Amino acid sequence: MLYYTVRRLLTMIPTLLVISLLTFFIIELPEGDYISNQIAVLKSSGESASVAKLEFLRQEFALDRPFFERFAIWVGLWPGPHGFDGLLQGNWGWSFEYDKPVYEVVGPTLPLTIVLNAATILFVYLVSFPIGIYSATRQYSWGDYGFTFLGYVGLATPNFLLGLVLMYLANAWFDLSIGGLMDPEYIGEPWSVDKALSVLSHLIVPTIVIGTSGTAAMIRRLRANLLDELHKQYVTTARAKGMKERALLVKYPLRMALNPFIADIGNLIPSLVSGSVIVSVVLNLPTVGPVLLNALQSQDQFLAAFILLFVSVLTLVGMLVSDLLLAVLDPRIRLGGGSRS
Amino acid sequence: MTLLSLERLTVDFDTAEGRVRAVDDVSFRVPMNRSVALVGESGSGKTVISQAIMGLLPSRARISSGRILLHDPLNPQVDIDIARLDPAGAQMRNLRGNRIAMIFQEPMTSLSPLHTIGDQIGEAAQLHQGVSAAEARELTRTMLSLVQFPDPSRGVDAYPFELSGGLRQRAMIAMALICKPALLVADEPTTALDVTIQAETLKLIREVQQELSMSLLMITHDFGVVANMADEVVVIYHGKIMEKGSAQALFSDPRHPYLKALLNAVPSFGMEAGQRLVPIRPINANIASFLKDRPQHRAEKTPVLLRMSNVTKRFGSRKGGLLSAQPKLFTALDQVSLEVRRGECLGVVGESGSGKTTAALAMLRTFPVDEGHITFDKGDGPVDIASFDRAQMLDYRRRAQLIFQDPFSSLNPRMTVNDILMEPLTIHGIGTYPERQKRARELMDLVGLNPRFLRRYPHSFSGGQRQRIGIARALALNPEFILCDEPTSALDVSVQAQILNLLQDLKNELGLTYLFVSHNLAVVDYIADRIAVMCRGRVVEIGPTHAVVTTPIHPYTKALLSAVPEPRLDALLDFEHLDAMRASEPHLWPDPFRLEQGDVPELVEIAPDHLVCAPGRNAKQTIQSLVERAS
Repeated sequence: MLYYTVRRLLTMIPTLLVISLLTFFIIELPEGDYISNQIAVLKSSGESASVAKLEFLRQEFALDRPFFERFAIWVGLWPGPHGFDGLLQGNWGWSFEYDKPVYEVVGPTLPLTIVLNAATILFVYLVSFPIGIYSATRQYSWGDYGFTFLGYVGLATPNFLLGLVLMYLANAWFDLSIGGLMDPEYIGEPWSVDKALSVLSHLIVPTIVIGTSGTAAMIRRLRANLLDELHKQYVTTARAKGMKERALLVKYPLRMALNPFIADIGNLIPSLVSGSVIVSVVLNLPTVGPVLLNALQSQDQFLAAFILLFVSVLTLVGMLVSDLLLAVLDPRIRLGGGSRS
Repeated sequence: MTLLSLERLTVDFDTAEGRVRAVDDVSFRVPMNRSVALVGESGSGKTVISQAIMGLLPSRARISSGRILLHDPLNPQVDIDIARLDPAGAQMRNLRGNRIAMIFQEPMTSLSPLHTIGDQIGEAAQLHQGVSAAEARELTRTMLSLVQFPDPSRGVDAYPFELSGGLRQRAMIAMALICKPALLVADEPTTALDVTIQAETLKLIREVQQELSMSLLMITHDFGVVANMADEVVVIYHGKIMEKGSAQALFSDPRHPYLKALLNAVPSFGMEAGQRLVPIRPINANIASFLKDRPQHRAEKTPVLLRMSNVTKRFGSRKGGLLSAQPKLFTALDQVSLEVRRGECLGVVGESGSGKTTAALAMLRTFPVDEGHITFDKGDGPVDIASFDRAQMLDYRRRAQLIFQDPFSSLNPRMTVNDILMEPLTIHGIGTYPERQKRARELMDLVGLNPRFLRRYPHSFSGGQRQRIGIARALALNPEFILCDEPTSALDVSVQAQILNLLQDLKNELGLTYLFVSHNLAVVDYIADRIAVMCRGRVVEIGPTHAVVTTPIHPYTKALLSAVPEPRLDALLDFEHLDAMRASEPHLWPDPFRLEQGDVPELVEIAPDHLVCAPGRNAKQTIQSLVERAS
């Protein structure tokens, strides 16, 4: 098991390297870069005085170097104008748009993004599990039909619309401030119990909004998986032993049906980040989604590349967690390979 | 004393087409400490009866009338009517797994892969006897040694996927017996197992039945198993009882025409040469009209059609990647040499994992072999099939075709029979569309199916009909060589006879050559001219069918033959002298047959055309003196 964990961790390194290369490549696909665009704008308006400064900046950020060199400098594998100074050394790069280090732009949004993501995943699992099990064990009952209907409605409603409605209701009924992840008076304040409570209460609406479609999809899949398992021979075997239906359900088919869900943790994360951009904009959430959108629009390449890489890292960590959980839960994965049939 | 009696039991299924009667007015009794066999084809309702007894009927089924009375010796005052109990209620649950227990056909799927077998076996004891987890574990260990599990203390913590099929079935038996039930219901408990394992398992069931003095209700379609296990027999057809009585009476004097027909449809050893099986529903194959446009394959003068010489094939197991050491290699074929003669049927028998299917697939060049050569003779001398280029390979594909084991998964469910039969012609670009259509109709005629069915999809056919479609597809290109990979093992006995007869007629009329792979020795004995016996990737004995079956020389062949249950009461299995464990271990074979790792499996000719694998020194003399001493 330890060996397995170490091996998985080791294989993450080349994966990350490839991902960062791809990310960097895709970000640089459009013609030019942030600064050369600025130069073009200045030149067309005749202000050639600032051009020299911008040319200096291009050299400063090594934008005039060949692609692989730029990439290596960004990662920190190659000495740039200021020696080794890249991601590996803890320098996340410079945001031209904000004229600040990327760290300062993204820093405050990252913990909130992670909190929101974790809350959403938790919400998806907590809601979809009981409903999925209920739907599968009472197939074609009124409850099953009801949840199916709700699920489809959840899938079909645009998230931002749901977000607006819920935000209005939360404001009207519970007097929550509109938008954001905390009451405006706490922004910039040091952390306190009140601030944390404010964040928690503001988390509810975005969590529900972002999680609804995932929950609906998850319910459908759990139902289908469980229905497959319920008719397998080993369930009959357990029943023939005289087990009670409920105990039997939890011990055998449910555990078998769990696998795809655990395997899915890693995949959920990127879809939550990229899928929640519009919701984040509408609800004015201080997460990385809107920042990423902005950075992509203005070709703020180091900022965009860093965020994409960050999401990839989250995904990889999610996959690692799901792989380890799978190995713990499923002996076939833990002991596999040496099996005889 | 009667333990269980079914009185006028009727079970109906609610289906989309209305109510279907699966069990119709069935009455029989299971006496205490005796074995009753419930025999019938698939769809006869025998499994439904077992489900009704266990209270495990599917939700669409219901008991319309009748009673299932259980007279429990532990509670002799009252007879419990199982038909009236709530299947999920406490009373039924207390019976299930406790007083009546069940073992199932598929040991592969009837255990949960995620739990240790100790966990799954001990569960029943914890449920019914209120023992603690530790006591259940101890009890499980005792049960595992009762079912002769090698190393019971380690077996408790094994996962099902770590065990072979035979061991899994032993674990299932241990699970069923842990509460010492009064009745064991066994639903085809050995159908999915190899013959030697089947014999061991039957022996085991016999022994524990005596040890625990319980009754056995055995559900099977195999008359060989019936003859060896049952005191009383109930024959069921379409949900109705055709005949019941003692095994003695039924085998010596079958009365009902259905039972007679069923017995006539089973191949057994000692059938006279040329004797035909009589299928219950014979088919009219129209071979004559097919003959006229069959191309004459040239040169009957070269007697050998295909020859394998010293063919070795190794498969690497999946394990082995970046960081692990050398991948483990599994030798599927170990220097196999055999020849297929023009116009003969060569039977290849062996248990699962013996390499018989691998050998057949190698002949089709499904994968390259690691060592050795396979040559095919088109009439102008033997040519190595590995040297064929694209065009020659296409030509070879037309000459050699395959019939698959599973008629359900070998036909694409989204293609009509017409598409299925025309596809080979389309691939090889033979004929125009109307010609191909005509050909498809002829093929249907050939296997005795109505050409009107061409527009249907495979799901609307029965297993036997699908297998006939598979045969028709194999014949579409007019091949001369057909490899049959267990073509009847998924079929009922009555259908099996039909298919075997069809294959035999086709071979005789069309002059085909067969390689017939099977684990069923009786079937091979019926259809093959010569038999090759395989074990662990090696050919251990090869010779004319009659010689191999009547005077087997190799210990493995002997073990295989002695493990086949025959549908006759005068040739019962010798349970005392079974040693399946030893017989399939090459390094445990006596001299001169013993094969150690790395030994060359050399074939020695004992009698004309009868070869045995014996690498030991002076093998020929030793064996001949053995044979003389025996005779």
